Amino acid sequence: MNIALLTSEIAVVILALLIIIFDLLLPRQETRRSLGAFAVCGLLGILVYTFSQYGISATVYHGFFVVDTFALFFKQLFIVATILTLLFSLDYVEKMTRNAGEFYALLLLGLVGMMVMASATDLLTLFVGLELMTIVFYVLVGFDLKSVKSSEAGIKYAILGSASSAVFLYGVSWIYGFTGNIMLSQIAEHITASPAVLFGMGLMIAGFCFKLSIVPFHMWAPDVYEGAPIPVTAMLAMASKAAGFAIVLRVFFVAFNDLQMYWLPIVSALAGLSMVVGIVGAIWQKNTKRMLAYSSIAQAGYILSGMLAANPAGVKGMLVYAVLYMVANVGAFAVTLAVYNQCGSDDIEDLSGLSQKSPLLAVVMTVSLMSMAGLPPMAGFVGKMYIFMAIADSGYLWLAILGLVMSMISVYYYILVVRAMYSNAVKDQQIFTMSGSLRIVALLSLIATLFIGIYPAPLATLANAAAMALW
Amino acid sequence: MFNQYALHHAWLIPLLPAFAFIFVGFFLRRLPAVAGFVSICMSLLSFILSLGVGYGVIARQITVDNPLVQKIPWVSIAGFQADMGVYVDPISAMMLVVVSLVALLVQIYSLGYMRGDNGFGRFFAYLSLFAASMLGLVIAVNFVQLFVFWELVGLCSYLLIGFYFNKVSAREAAKKAFITTRIGDFGLLIGILFLQILFGTLDFQQLAATVPTYVMQHGTALLTIVALLIFLGPIGKSGQFPLHVWLPDAMEGPTPVSALIHAATMVVAGVYLVARAFFLFSVLPDAMAVIAWIGAFTACFAASIAFTQRDIKRILAYSTISQLGYMMLALGVGSVTASMFHLMTHAFFKALMFLAAGAVLHALPEKNDIFTMGGLRHKMPVTFAAMTIGVLAISGIPPFAGFFSKDEILLAVAQVSTPLYTIAVVTSFMTAFYMARLLIVVFCGEEKPENQPHEAPLSMRIPLIVLGVLAVIGGYIPYANNFGDWVRFGAAVHEGIDFSVAATSTVIAILAMCLAWFIYGNGMVRSDKISRRFRIFYKVSFHKYYIDELYLWFNHTFVDGFGKLLYWLELHFVEAILIKVAASLPVKLGNVVRKSQNGNLQRYGLVMFGAMILVVVWLVLLNPLFNGVAGGAY
Repeated sequence: MNIALLTSEIAVVILALLIIIFDLLLPRQETRRSLGAFAVCGLLGILVYTFSQYGISATVYHGFFVVDTFALFFKQLFIVATILTLLFSLDYVEKMTRNAGEFYALLLLGLVGMMVMASATDLLTLFVGLELMTIVFYVLVGFDLKSVKSSEAGIKYAILGSASSAVFLYGVSWIYGFTGNIMLSQIAEHITASPAVLFGMGLMIAGFCFKLSIVPFHMWAPDVYEGAPIPVTAMLAMASKAAGFAIVLRVFFVAFNDLQMYWLPIVSALAGLSMVVGIVGAIWQKNTKRMLAYSSIAQAGYILSGMLAANPAGVKGMLVYAVLYMVANVGAFAVTLAVYNQCGSDDIEDLSGLSQKSPLLAVVMTVSLMSMAGLPPMAGFVGKMYIFMAIADSGYLWLAILGLVMSMISVYYYILVVRAMYSNAVKDQQIFTMSGSLRIVALLSLIATLFIGIYPAPLATLANAAAMALW
Repeated sequence: MFNQYALHHAWLIPLLPAFAFIFVGFFLRRLPAVAGFVSICMSLLSFILSLGVGYGVIARQITVDNPLVQKIPWVSIAGFQADMGVYVDPISAMMLVVVSLVALLVQIYSLGYMRGDNGFGRFFAYLSLFAASMLGLVIAVNFVQLFVFWELVGLCSYLLIGFYFNKVSAREAAKKAFITTRIGDFGLLIGILFLQILFGTLDFQQLAATVPTYVMQHGTALLTIVALLIFLGPIGKSGQFPLHVWLPDAMEGPTPVSALIHAATMVVAGVYLVARAFFLFSVLPDAMAVIAWIGAFTACFAASIAFTQRDIKRILAYSTISQLGYMMLALGVGSVTASMFHLMTHAFFKALMFLAAGAVLHALPEKNDIFTMGGLRHKMPVTFAAMTIGVLAISGIPPFAGFFSKDEILLAVAQVSTPLYTIAVVTSFMTAFYMARLLIVVFCGEEKPENQPHEAPLSMRIPLIVLGVLAVIGGYIPYANNFGDWVRFGAAVHEGIDFSVAATSTVIAILAMCLAWFIYGNGMVRSDKISRRFRIFYKVSFHKYYIDELYLWFNHTFVDGFGKLLYWLELHFVEAILIKVAASLPVKLGNVVRKSQNGNLQRYGLVMFGAMILVVVWLVLLNPLFNGVAGGAY
């Protein structure tokens, strides 16, 4: 058994524990920024280390845990998302809570859960990773004890999340019962299209869709996104969703690959519904986070639709989209957070006149939103192009067209935000301040969004390699 | 060593000015001195690299048949592959050297010309962006890359023509240039799409390999249409009839821009495109005939307009159109060598003349009618010398640069078609006449007392001298060194100078210049008498054959009329019915979604479990209905 394959997960756990210890050692009134910086440095080291694992394709624990390009791709995505989130939220966390150390440690443990999910090749490991991640998020969502909204969101998320986990586990038990296996590859060998298996699969789909906030399992998302502290919302939108896709892809293309004719129609319906509801839902929103929540529902629909191609090209599109969606969201949430730090609220109205107060942030927000809307030369265009071309080739032209129409509508409410930033008058004349790390993150997001949009080949090649690992 | 480095780092050539654009445009705009310094340094570096590439091509025996191509994938999806790369062969190497050299000289010249202008930094940023785009176009490996840079070049042209955006005429000219060339670009784009559909690739090398077989199998009918669509792009960009109307108006931009864009580089992009895609055109005789006739007609037509113009820059603009017509004509009769040779010499002497005209305008601000100038040769000797060299070169007087390239073109044309040859010779007569007219009227005769001319500052004189030298030797040296062995399509042609053709064109040019002297120099023939005698011809030529008026009329009648119809439709149909319905649907739907989100946990749970039941029911009960009895171990 080659325990070295688990190095990156173990390292993140140690990092989390170290942060708890340092938190205890630091005097009570001392700032906790250093802990956040420490976490960022540690994660950077781990990120660099993971590059050395490319090319490996090996398993540990009797094949329950695999390290391959696919898993690595997602792990790096999670780590990068965590690093960026930590970087832009150092100030915010400090202000929000006196338990910043625990906040950072929990975030890292959630990251471990995601990394386990990316590598899981059996239903139990997968479930353990999933629960590790979600339970951490239950806590994090309600972390802002001073805010009623945050507590409410935490409770809602915990109750609905537990229910969905139960549904998922119930589905797993049916699959186990009728195939006699929990290993994904073994399930694939023994699977038949019996009603019992289909029943189990249906429950698992429901469970997954809850985590991915796919309509109609999305009801929790707007409330939770709005209530949760901004860095947690960002992580929910970027990393937790990507982790969900990692396991969905593995489960459906490894274990349930032979049942494609059964699950493809359902996935197409769910993806289409998500696009429509996510986008029309966002039209009315007055709160930036809530708007981004609906937008993330729609984006999940876009990513999910890539599965319909049922080939590496579609999965490649999904992976590329996941990355650039993360990049765009980092920018959007960083700006939201900077504005929140300034005026203590995160309504779209508060973005008024941002272009005069901070031209950089206004540009970052604009580029991020336009990327989500899929306008060239921003990265979102490339992602949508890969996905839509792949599914149109596989006969889902109607869904591609629906996606395009919905993208057009989405421009409307993204533009509303841009208009607020550029046309509306400045409300208060305070000098706008932001931390250096936030500025760096915003710039990085801007550069990455434009770079991927103009020169997508490197990312596409990497995503292609990752997608091929599934086949 | 260095040429090796340059060949493998040729991608730096467009990238360096691009960096200059980013730095100057975004960070250094307020610091004129630094902006100029950075831009010129980057241009100098890219010129040195271009020289390295040119030398490398010769040293490593890279010919048009075995080009050095390096590329990286840009976008690749199933069935479509677009690369970005560097295509080095003698043609592109020559273009690199010419473009980067003229760009560099124009930037140096602008140091003096634009001194004290509020938009100094912005100007250099645009110039750098322009150089980057044009150099990127030159090294394109496929039609996609070419088109991207083609459009960037168009954008720069728009920005630079409209540089003085406070002036209404400059704004209008910028729009006119952009829209007119857009008509051609649209054809180009459709042609490129056709190529992708027909051949499944847009790569120059792959296309060159597959086009002949395609023609053998499918004939030339469809391909001719495709080629003509592509040729629409050059018609717009290179100012060929009938899309030439933007080029004279483009003189609203600062004069260095006219020299750089509208003489030496951008307008030849179209010529270069045809030369680059010559593997396509050369197998289509009908397309070639069209190119040749459009070129010849444009050459003659523009020259006849230049006859009567009074604005110094407009005369040069029409002569540019005319010379571009020559280049197209050469391509049309199948001589890439002659066309490219003339492109190069023209870049030198036309940039020279524009810069000299800029010096004149710099000395006499607010004046551009040549008849208000006069006698400038005493106060501006360097400018006078430069302009004289330019005029002799463009008229094709030996041993100046234009003689060799023009002779090459005339020779190539003479071998193919006598009517075309006649047109070309007549054009060369007119060219010599109106250029001599310009020179005589501006620099000779009496000094006007109200003018206070002064010689141009040093930074403006240096480019004039360099270009002047090149306009003298730029023809003979390539000619003596077998230019045609390097820059060619297919087999090299060794013709040398045909004495009868050369003598004819030289004699005709000298005659035309003498005629100009008699009319404008010593006044033996009164020009106003002639214009009265040939009143109709004079008016038609002076009003540029009323082409602008025709377009305006067409615009007013058809485009505006059609617009009114569409506006009515929009108001009463689209807006009233379609938009209202289409807009209210998502809004209402959104409202439903919003209302359903009432914050109640119970409802959320209800929806979730309801959906779960639906999914399961669909999977377990409905699927067998859809798929018959699918699978099923039970």
